[in-house]
Amino acid sequence: MSNEKENNDVGNSKQEEQKNEAQEQQQQKKVRPRKAKQDKPPADDQGIWRMNRRNVFTFAGWLAFLGFIATATLGFLRYLFPRVLFEPPTAFRAGTPDDYVIGEVDTRWMEQYRVWVVRTRTGIYALHAVCTHLGCTPRWLDTEGQFKCPCHGSGFTQEGVNFEGPAPRPLERLHIAMENGVIVIDRGIRYREELGQWAEPGAFLEYT
Amino acid sequence: MLGNLMEKFRKSDVYKSIFRHDYKDTQRNRALQILDNVWLHLHPVRLPRHGVNLRYTWGMGGITFFLFIVLTITGVILMFYYRPAGEYAYDDMKYLMNDVPFGPLMRNMHRWAAHGMVITVMLHMFRVFLTGSYKPPRQFNWVIGVVLLLLTFLLSFTGYLLPWDQLALWAVTVGTNMAAATPLLGHEGPFSEMLGVRMDNDVRFLLLGGTQVGPAALIRFYVLHCIFLPIVIAIFMAVHFWRVRKDGGISGPNQ
Repeated sequence: MSNEKENNDVGNSKQEEQKNEAQEQQQQKKVRPRKAKQDKPPADDQGIWRMNRRNVFTFAGWLAFLGFIATATLGFLRYLFPRVLFEPPTAFRAGTPDDYVIGEVDTRWMEQYRVWVVRTRTGIYALHAVCTHLGCTPRWLDTEGQFKCPCHGSGFTQEGVNFEGPAPRPLERLHIAMENGVIVIDRGIRYREELGQWAEPGAFLEYT
Repeated sequence: MLGNLMEKFRKSDVYKSIFRHDYKDTQRNRALQILDNVWLHLHPVRLPRHGVNLRYTWGMGGITFFLFIVLTITGVILMFYYRPAGEYAYDDMKYLMNDVPFGPLMRNMHRWAAHGMVITVMLHMFRVFLTGSYKPPRQFNWVIGVVLLLLTFLLSFTGYLLPWDQLALWAVTVGTNMAAATPLLGHEGPFSEMLGVRMDNDVRFLLLGGTQVGPAALIRFYVLHCIFLPIVIAIFMAVHFWRVRKDGGISGPNQ
């Protein structure tokens, strides 16, 4: 009797356990998030790259919109670069070649324009008086025949080539040209020796 | 009689449009007060207890935002007198400082709040770094924060030119000369010759509207300082605050 009872009890409890498990599984099923109906694309969905009427118009619409935005952006960028500058002109008239003595460094434009004009036997060139080390103004030492920067001791020859001190490259030459017998020097156009630009026509004005 | 009127007023549409909820101290009511208010709805409805732990957060983000509001208000007030043209700018600044009633107060508030905002925004970044709050899931908000730091610096830099004195002029000359050294886009930067970049078409020219710091640069910096950058920074701030909430609220010691 007692055994049967026990068996019965055990059987009951097993059944109950199974029942409980089934219920739990059902509950888990209920808890598990179901995929919303809206997440499924419609059965006849052809995707965005399939050519049909609607997609062509969608594509054209986006193209027109993005084209407009891109054009407007480019236009705005160009708008920010003005055609007219209300600034002093970069070029100045520096007299005639006969105002300069052959073999000498002329300092008359230093204070106003920061420019040395040097005349040699073959022509004239203009040097920008900005040290290529840190931008100080070097001085022309007539007795020693060299440019010398007072800040860190850089030295340049009469041609503007660096030969001592921390300056990493020669002085820059400025655009020089002849207009109706008058020398015009443009400080906006510069020629750098280390780029081979001193050989370009504007860097040296031939005059004998 | 008065109580009757008050009761009528409380039930009127006007009152209910402004004060949409009672002052009842219930959880639901307090949540609704935040949720239904356009000014507060970016704010979280509930704050974690550690959110007010000042030793942890330093409150630097909030102080930065407060200073931004101070700067917006005092900045608009300064705009009533300041004219961003070469002939007027310096004199208007002097006028504000010497003759306009409360002018010095407004300008000094603007100036010191600006200095303060640069400091607090950096301290905020420092705190976020120290507490590791840049780590996932907040990594995107760190990026937004870096953009906000940059925008704060740009606002500070563009505002620096506006007094139009010698300090402003030469500070911006130095600052924009750095832009000239940008690779490819600056006329003194490497590889710029390859693109045909000159002094009058490089990125420095874009900033200044000329080849030197002049009236064109003043109006350009003024527009950037008063219109363009504030709008951009407001957009980024909205995203920044919104992300704080979406990433699980203000970071705390237990995360």
